[in-house]
Amino acid sequence: MVLLKLAYKNLVRAGLRTWLNALALSFGLVAIIGLQGLYIGMGEQAASVAKDAEYGGGQYWHKLYDPYDPLTLQDAHGKIPQNISKLISEGKATPILIVQATAYPQGRTVPVLLKGIIPEQKILKFPTGVLKSEDVDGIPALIGERMAAELGVKEGDYLTVRWRDVNGTFDATDVKIVKIMSTTDQNIDNGQIWVPLKVLQRLTGMEEEATIIVVSPDLKNPPPAPGFEFKNLKFLLKTIEALVKVKTQGTFVIYIILLSIALISIFDSQVFSIFKRKKEIGTLMALGFTRLQVIILFTLEGALHAFFAVILSALYGAPLLIYAAKVGYALPKSATESFAIALGERLYPRYGTGLIVGTAILVFIVTTIVSYLPVRKIAKMKPTEALRGGIQ
Amino acid sequence: MSVIKTENLTKIYRMGHTKIYALDHVNLSFEKGEFAGLVGPSGSGKTTFLNMVGILDKPTEGRVIVMGKETSSLNQKEAALFRRKYIGFIFQTFNLFPHYTAFENVEFPLLLLDLSTEERKERVMEALEMVNLAHRANSKPSELSGGERQRVAIARAIVKRPEIILADEPTANLDAKNSYNVLDIMADINEKLKATFIFATHDEKVIKYLRRKITLNDGKVVKDEVMK
Ligand SMILES: Nc1ncnc2c1ncn2[C@@H]1O[C@H](COP(=O)(O)OP(=O)(O)OP(=O)(O)O)[C@@H](O)[C@H]1O
Ligand SMILES: [Mg+2]
Repeated sequence: MVLLKLAYKNLVRAGLRTWLNALALSFGLVAIIGLQGLYIGMGEQAASVAKDAEYGGGQYWHKLYDPYDPLTLQDAHGKIPQNISKLISEGKATPILIVQATAYPQGRTVPVLLKGIIPEQKILKFPTGVLKSEDVDGIPALIGERMAAELGVKEGDYLTVRWRDVNGTFDATDVKIVKIMSTTDQNIDNGQIWVPLKVLQRLTGMEEEATIIVVSPDLKNPPPAPGFEFKNLKFLLKTIEALVKVKTQGTFVIYIILLSIALISIFDSQVFSIFKRKKEIGTLMALGFTRLQVIILFTLEGALHAFFAVILSALYGAPLLIYAAKVGYALPKSATESFAIALGERLYPRYGTGLIVGTAILVFIVTTIVSYLPVRKIAKMKPTEALRGGIQ
Repeated sequence: MSVIKTENLTKIYRMGHTKIYALDHVNLSFEKGEFAGLVGPSGSGKTTFLNMVGILDKPTEGRVIVMGKETSSLNQKEAALFRRKYIGFIFQTFNLFPHYTAFENVEFPLLLLDLSTEERKERVMEALEMVNLAHRANSKPSELSGGERQRVAIARAIVKRPEIILADEPTANLDAKNSYNVLDIMADINEKLKATFIFATHDEKVIKYLRRKITLNDGKVVKDEVMK
């Protein structure tokens, strides 16, 4: 405690240099929290979009379904189990049948996935209701903007689609694009054509069958379903989590650079201190300070820069970061498209206590290490040499 | 029992192949309350002797017994604790901490002892009164004259009531008036506290105050005389 008090006094009384070092360190601290918060916000936003548009409260997958291998789709469908049908009629689950197909816009061939969904479902938040229009001549289809661009179609256009039925026989029909939806979630857009479930089941001869079944977020403890496996949100959101992690690790280098400017400066101050304050070190030893106490004192002086950095960060960084979280960052369209996960037009950073405390602790630890390194020299210093001061 | 006793105390510095005998079989003892000084030409070993007694350095040969303790048996930490308790230093260059007030400088040695804030304050003010600087308690060293600085350093050396005070050329950076002032104060403290003072000095003014004068030459004691 005595040493901490002395270190604090020494540092405060050293004046401007201390504050410059602390300010530099606080820039690093604020930037790390800001950037990291951005990635966390991005992950949470993407997860929330994915939950709304894809995952609901989790999904049952047909045993053979593998989202990364479209070839499995041929076989990855099965009768919806009894107990799940009950959930579906109660609005607590909604089945999706996925069939590989080919679209022929203006004579080109585009591989697509036909996805059958119940138009009245309320679990996934995208406008499946438009598929109700039974009156249309042809099958009503819903696609996203990206798919529309790829196919070169507008609302009201017809599109020829060919698929294999349950027996592997080719069949074809025209679908009518009743709506082109704008969505941030590419996974319900790219390469996909949504049609009414009943129609797709009939066309493919897969009556009462589904590939996946999305459950409502309100459904606690989804029951086992024969032929299907339940995938919880934790599993489904892994991809997003992994992606955010990769992004975060990429920025680690930036963090090191951000901090290193301040850390080099603190290291330098410490080297300077040991060199210039040799006589002071000798005097402390003569007064009865042990070497360890002197080492702790000087290390604390360096480490306390982190403490001042935290105070400075709280003063100017906190309002800045809170403002950023309120207003968000506008993202250019090109940026949102280049990411593999769903992003809104504005990105809202999120800072948890864990992030803030964790970053502060990290800064404390590295500052302490950097402060200690030059101070180790004291361990080899003889009191008589130190008292003489200057260079030996 | 002597407060300090040396037996064949020898310190050799090696400069390449040549050996320098900074101290050469010195046998001296000091009793409680002595006011003694080491004199002799530059390089005769005065500072080296004080360093050995203050356990800031270790002898090459021989023994130093301080307060009945053989000092070479102490490790670095024990030596520090020993100094903390028994030994006060006064330096030629004062060695005050520039960012601290006179009060805080004097308080320094007490911070390591188990004392309450009030006790510390009382002792610091008492020490400052002994050197007639109670009114400058809140001044920084840069605001004090050389003589005043050395008086603060004296207060710092005596504040913990050590048995031994080692003063290496304490007047070398002071003018005559301040030297006498400082010497009067030290003689007075020696009288009051019965602390053993050992000086290393060339200064005739200091020598006038000594009650025992030990002359060193080339690391050897050549004369040991009682004064007055
Ligand atoms: N660290 C060292 N390395 C080598 N030689 C040293 C060292 N310290 C002291 N000496 C030598 O030891 C001898 C005694 O030195 P010391 O400092 O004790 O003399 P002194 O009597 O205090 O002199 P002065 O009056 O100039 O202060 C000198 O010859 C000096 O050069
Ligand atoms: Mg000397």
